[in-house]
Amino acid sequence: MKLLLRKLPWLVGTLLAVSFFTFMLVSLLPGDPAVLILGAGVSPEAIAALRLEMGLDRPLLIRYLDWLGSALTGDLGRSPMTGQLVMDAILARLPVTVQLGLMAIVIALTFAIPLAMLSASFAGSKLDRTISGIGFALMSVPGFMMAIFLILIFAVTLGWFPATGWIPFSVSPLANLRNALLPALSLAMIELALYMRLLRTDLIDTLQQDYITLARAKGMPAWRILTRHALRPSSFSLLTVVGLQLGGVISGAIIVEEIFALPGVGRLLYQSILQRDLLMVQGIVLFIATAYVLVNFLVDLCYSLLDPRVRYAG
Amino acid sequence: MPVKKHPKIESRAQNFARALQQVFGRGFGPGFWLAVVWLLIVAFCALFADWLPVRDPLDPVIANRLNGPFSTNVLGADGLGRDIFARLIHGARVSVVIGLTAVSIGMIIGGALGIIAGYFRGHFERGLMAVLDIILAFPWLVLLLALVAFIGQSLFAISVAIGFLWIPAYARVARANTLSVVQREYVLAAKAMGASTTRILIKEVLPNVILPVIAYGLVAMGLVIIVESALAFLGLSVEAPQPTWGGMISEGKRHLATAVHVALIPSVTMFLTVLSLNFVGDRLRSRFDVKESNL
Repeated sequence: MKLLLRKLPWLVGTLLAVSFFTFMLVSLLPGDPAVLILGAGVSPEAIAALRLEMGLDRPLLIRYLDWLGSALTGDLGRSPMTGQLVMDAILARLPVTVQLGLMAIVIALTFAIPLAMLSASFAGSKLDRTISGIGFALMSVPGFMMAIFLILIFAVTLGWFPATGWIPFSVSPLANLRNALLPALSLAMIELALYMRLLRTDLIDTLQQDYITLARAKGMPAWRILTRHALRPSSFSLLTVVGLQLGGVISGAIIVEEIFALPGVGRLLYQSILQRDLLMVQGIVLFIATAYVLVNFLVDLCYSLLDPRVRYAG
Repeated sequence: MPVKKHPKIESRAQNFARALQQVFGRGFGPGFWLAVVWLLIVAFCALFADWLPVRDPLDPVIANRLNGPFSTNVLGADGLGRDIFARLIHGARVSVVIGLTAVSIGMIIGGALGIIAGYFRGHFERGLMAVLDIILAFPWLVLLLALVAFIGQSLFAISVAIGFLWIPAYARVARANTLSVVQREYVLAAKAMGASTTRILIKEVLPNVILPVIAYGLVAMGLVIIVESALAFLGLSVEAPQPTWGGMISEGKRHLATAVHVALIPSVTMFLTVLSLNFVGDRLRSRFDVKESNL
């Protein structure tokens, strides 16, 4: 709790800076928003009127404070292109992206942890080299390439899964999972390789500690040593990287949602950028960056729960 | 007691050859050299694309449309009947140019910032780290899309945008290494002798920081190629008609059901290139690390 209080000002500061950076990033984009909305060839008076209505004549800083103020109350404005509230648009598509990201991370972890444990306990063996080699190759495959070849194999050739489309979980859980599996897999592969590589190195390190030797000497079975004694101290950097890699997962989601035509936040962002829907872009970027900072803040807190040294040094 | 043999005198060339062998000759294995050869081929194609005896990568021959490999075209033709082999070679240029420029930009700017932060510490370091943390809070593709919208889609603009993404990573690597170098005795000795700050930074710190930073460069280049191709896949990299590998894969996606080779061939090419970069980079890094620990 004390830890939480001490870190809170830092969190607030980061979020403020992130919001300011988002605002500047989008405000500096070329093109007058008023002209973008009305289209070229409209009378200057009409553009001036719209600028006044949108408050574009006011100084940048005032506009930022105004935007931030309403953002804090959950109001990110209304998209001038679609007429939709930005917050509503994000919330409507959020479940897809969250489900995709969570599935990807869960898939990656369920395969990465046992594989890393296998690799580490037989370090240097043929098995270890094969697993590491496959992981190495996986890291050289971009997400979109993985997506295309998963579509080729499982959708076009075998026809087991649909290549595009989305059915909400509430409508039909089974159909939903069928639709989500290929996109989640293509996101998971790179993460899997990354997690596995990291955990393997850490595990090999941990397995050389004295208390592991002691456990071995006591006659504890190898799998029990791995799961009970080695995994926990080795999982810290994995946890950190899972948090930090969230940015990678979101970036991947933008591409994967576009390929599989999923109605997620990533696709919304990409299409808003193409349409120069600045208010929407601003809102989504702020939303994503805030989520990223908050998740990593939570990871930081989890760290202290997992590691007594951090907790008591607090 | 055996008579001590007179040590063989080696010429300078022999010495050099042995040094080379020590660095490169031992234990790299054939895989490493295969990767190096592949990278050299890609670099060669990128450099001499205009003079190589290949077809025009932009010339659509409708009769060849979607023809498979080893038919009218060596590696087949794409959906518009353009020669895939020629497009691969010209596409290599984009990957190589962006790979080199982006990594150099990240390396130079990030490296300089990191060294300065690690050496002077204080407010500058804290401020820099805070700014880097904020940049890292934005997913790379989001940042990249915004940057590209801002500075355009020329080859140079894309390189700058991707290079910008690498500044935080390089600044971190350089800072961490500077922090450990500054503690060493030879830096203290230089300070005690009254060397100027600039001299210490350039003569003592830089040479010791630059090796790990460069070793990171090849792996970074592999990632840059992936990033560029992702951008090209979304249609936001260097504009058509310039062929890019990512753009070719994106185009091949439309013909997945009928003509797999249109997507497969550029994918395999790119995969091999990135894999080679990762492999060579990884080997060189571990080799340099070993050398460092021996010192």
